[in-house]
Amino acid sequence: MKRILACLILLLLLASIGIVFAEEPKVVEGATLPTGGQTQAPANIYSPQSGREGVAPTALPVEGATRAPVIDSGDTAWVLISTALVLLMTPGLAFFYGGMVGRKNVLGVLMQCFTILCIVSIQWVLYGYSLSFAPGSGFWGGFSWSGLANVGFAPYKDYAATIPHQLFMAYQMMFAVITPALIIGAFAGRMKFSAFVIFTILWATFVYDPVCHWVWGVGGWLKDLGALDFAGGTVVHINAGIAALMTAIFIGKRNGTTNKVILPHNLPFTILGTALLWFGWFGFNAGSALGANELAVNAFVVTNTAAAAAGLTWALIDWIFNDKPTMLGTATGAVAGLVAITPAAGFVSALSAIIIGVLVSVFCYMAVTLIKPKFGYDDALDVFGVHCIGGIWGALATGLFASKAINPAGADGLFFGNPKQLLVQAAAVGVTVVYSFVASYIIYKLIDVVMKVRVTKKDETIGLDLTQHHENAYTIME
Amino acid sequence: MKLIIAIIKPDRLEAVKQELYKADVNLMTVNEVLGHGRQMGVTEVYRGVKEMGNLLRKVRLEIAVNESFVEPTIKAIIKGAHTGEMGDGKIFVLELAECIRIRTEERGHEAIG
Repeated sequence: MKRILACLILLLLLASIGIVFAEEPKVVEGATLPTGGQTQAPANIYSPQSGREGVAPTALPVEGATRAPVIDSGDTAWVLISTALVLLMTPGLAFFYGGMVGRKNVLGVLMQCFTILCIVSIQWVLYGYSLSFAPGSGFWGGFSWSGLANVGFAPYKDYAATIPHQLFMAYQMMFAVITPALIIGAFAGRMKFSAFVIFTILWATFVYDPVCHWVWGVGGWLKDLGALDFAGGTVVHINAGIAALMTAIFIGKRNGTTNKVILPHNLPFTILGTALLWFGWFGFNAGSALGANELAVNAFVVTNTAAAAAGLTWALIDWIFNDKPTMLGTATGAVAGLVAITPAAGFVSALSAIIIGVLVSVFCYMAVTLIKPKFGYDDALDVFGVHCIGGIWGALATGLFASKAINPAGADGLFFGNPKQLLVQAAAVGVTVVYSFVASYIIYKLIDVVMKVRVTKKDETIGLDLTQHHENAYTIME
Repeated sequence: MKLIIAIIKPDRLEAVKQELYKADVNLMTVNEVLGHGRQMGVTEVYRGVKEMGNLLRKVRLEIAVNESFVEPTIKAIIKGAHTGEMGDGKIFVLELAECIRIRTEERGHEAIG
């Protein structure tokens, strides 16, 4: 009976596919009308993260092109808040992951997230932002903006015409922070802290910064190719997810995983983390509009819709295949939905978001329960299964569901008459997967040769909290 | 009747359980304890305040058995818990005076199995 009910709800969700194509043009035509007349700031619909070459000049109204860019207080306020929201996602992720590991490793996970927050924040100011966003070569930005040289308060038109340049830098900093933090779920419980610190610095420098430049930077070659990535599906999720798979394969399985499952030690932590991630994701996606405008609202709505559809779908899949809907499953689904909608948030409608959300849970569930056991890699907290698979689906879904009716500065996807966009999306995914895997592998091996990445068996048995940090998360007795 | 008490490493519990099931020993009580033997514990530091030789997490099993099961139980625990490193733990075998099953009020040998 319950299964029939679950199947029915799933079918109802999928029925929205039909509605999308029946209703979409009407819905969005109305929605785009105001952008012409009522806009208050120049470059209202333009988002640098849309990654479209030639967008900036066309999106800027004639009046904007002739005078210096003006700071808009509404846009600035929204991006300031979004920056803080995205910052909160890293501690949120720490709790999301921390709840899923054993009691002896929870501080290790929290510590790694906070350490990344500290390290990358400094790296970004010193040279990370310059490598990623300075107008350098197609490969990376060079060092012309090191130490925030030339990054002042006047807006930088090619990225965001209505907010201070330094705010754009700070907003991007939070993305650079959370991306390496996503990876740690794969090697949870078995990497030396010292090796982890070096891995983070090298990975941020040689993997994140170049890929970020390709997709979002001025002159980045994937951007010039026309790849759409609204808020970081390729740069953040696929990039981190594939590096996670690499580390999971090469660091080896956790001890004791052969005959038993390592149980999550505190699921309420994981749910708290999910809630913080969902909340922060409004900054991540809606903030990527880089203004308080229609595009931000669209991203906000589709973000929530996709997360809801995906959380519900995962619960239903659990109900159908594992007898009961589970809290961890629902939370995992919601995160998968947020991942999948990230590249699409500025280009698709809410109904498309439901389809993206429903299907991401199906794909990620398959990756976690079928693919992972089949290949036997120990991706401890399913970073690859959720972030990489979800990110790839999101990037491809952008090529399917993107519509110029939602964002004139974007492009139409396959279902709106532009099959080429899907190929461009697939190319961007392929390039990121290959580059990130190979570059991460080289970094990993270099560190392994110098200092051994994995902790000793004895330390692993006692746990990272006590051996790497000399602390205990919980006391048994006073 | 004997009471077997074993102190083992937490991550060996699953292996010990499997070995006990193979030896047809299906009844046990398990709890989490703190302790250390000769290998000492680990250092903990909280805001610079050091705590030396702190206790490590261990798992304690209590199994009541009839005479014929004493050796198989001990062998099973050793097989599951042995790693060859310090801190593998200890097994204590105690004389058991009486055993009563609450539900049926059976006593002695019947009550144990």
